[in-house]
Amino acid sequence: MKKEVPARVTVILLAIAAGCCVFGWMNGEAHAVFVKAASICLECIGLG
Amino acid sequence: MVSRFRKIIQAGWGILTNGYAAGFLPGGPTLYSGPLKHFCVPGMNCYSCPGALGACPIGAVQAILDGRHRGFPFYVLGYLAMAGLLAGRFICGWLCLFGLIQELLYRIPTPKIRVPDRADRILRYLKYVVLAVLVIGIPLVYRTELGLGVPAFCKYLCPVGTLEGGIPMAILQDSLRATLGALFRWKVFLLILCVLASVFIHRPFCKYICPLGALYSLFQKVSLVRMNVDTGVCIDCGACGEACPMNVVPCREPNSPECIRCGECTEVCPVKALSFRPAGKRKNCKEEMSG
Ligand code: SF4
Ligand code: SF4
Repeated sequence: MKKEVPARVTVILLAIAAGCCVFGWMNGEAHAVFVKAASICLECIGLG
Repeated sequence: MVSRFRKIIQAGWGILTNGYAAGFLPGGPTLYSGPLKHFCVPGMNCYSCPGALGACPIGAVQAILDGRHRGFPFYVLGYLAMAGLLAGRFICGWLCLFGLIQELLYRIPTPKIRVPDRADRILRYLKYVVLAVLVIGIPLVYRTELGLGVPAFCKYLCPVGTLEGGIPMAILQDSLRATLGALFRWKVFLLILCVLASVFIHRPFCKYICPLGALYSLFQKVSLVRMNVDTGVCIDCGACGEACPMNVVPCREPNSPECIRCGECTEVCPVKALSFRPAGKRKNCKEEMSG
């Protein structure tokens, strides 16, 4: 039988993930996502 | 009961996240371009769907993943890690429109195919290859002329984009319809294959291809939502394994990477030994059996 991953590990990982998200946002990555998502993606629709 | 409730949530979520009605007007404004497009939705949802209000996480990873020019995609991967850590593949079972579409196709009354266990086990690894090669590897190495990673998954494989983006756009926009070529035909072919497979196999795209499902499955054992097997009451009858549409045996591996948290097993268990619970709150918990 294997041990279950303790809840505190989940909480620590969540904090790291949230930190990455905020850091990326401050670096302008959310804007890059917006630019891509707000116009038609030719690759997605089979024209790229 | 769980199944009906889940269908309502799946459909409601699909409508809510694709609720930009103006996008469906022929010749009208094309895509929603408001502030919500800064955020990714948790499930697969093409951002070129005329109704899409958010960004597709897999499309966003590919667009931003360009190691030489933009560095590590902290925002999108941080977001996906958070979603995975909070809910794991609960997202697949409850918040993915394409998952719902496959489930509805599977309801068409035809004889069903059970993929032999060995082939099934091998094919399940395919989604990790898709994630590593098409979503991460190629966009990291090859760039478009705009300096963005080449979205190889979207471009050559994704049936979600064809169904939610390509086909509606081709219907609504005359100018786009005139330019459709071999790539579009290839993607329609893949979509037809996926639709046909879904009639005979339960969620084949999710089981074998979806890179987002692959990514969330990595968080399943550490996510906040976990499944508990109460060993004090489990009578090892095997009903849960037989009911599972994802071929998981939950009484043996309650937090399998393949479990989409649909809850079918909790419904059929005659002694109610299976339940969902937050991490750390376990009751006579049997952990994953090796193998
Ligand atoms: S595996 Fe992919 S397509 Fe299937 S439910 Fe999960 S996110 Fe949706
Ligand atoms: S183990 Fe249970 S909750 Fe998970 S996919 Fe199978 S039936 Fe659904």
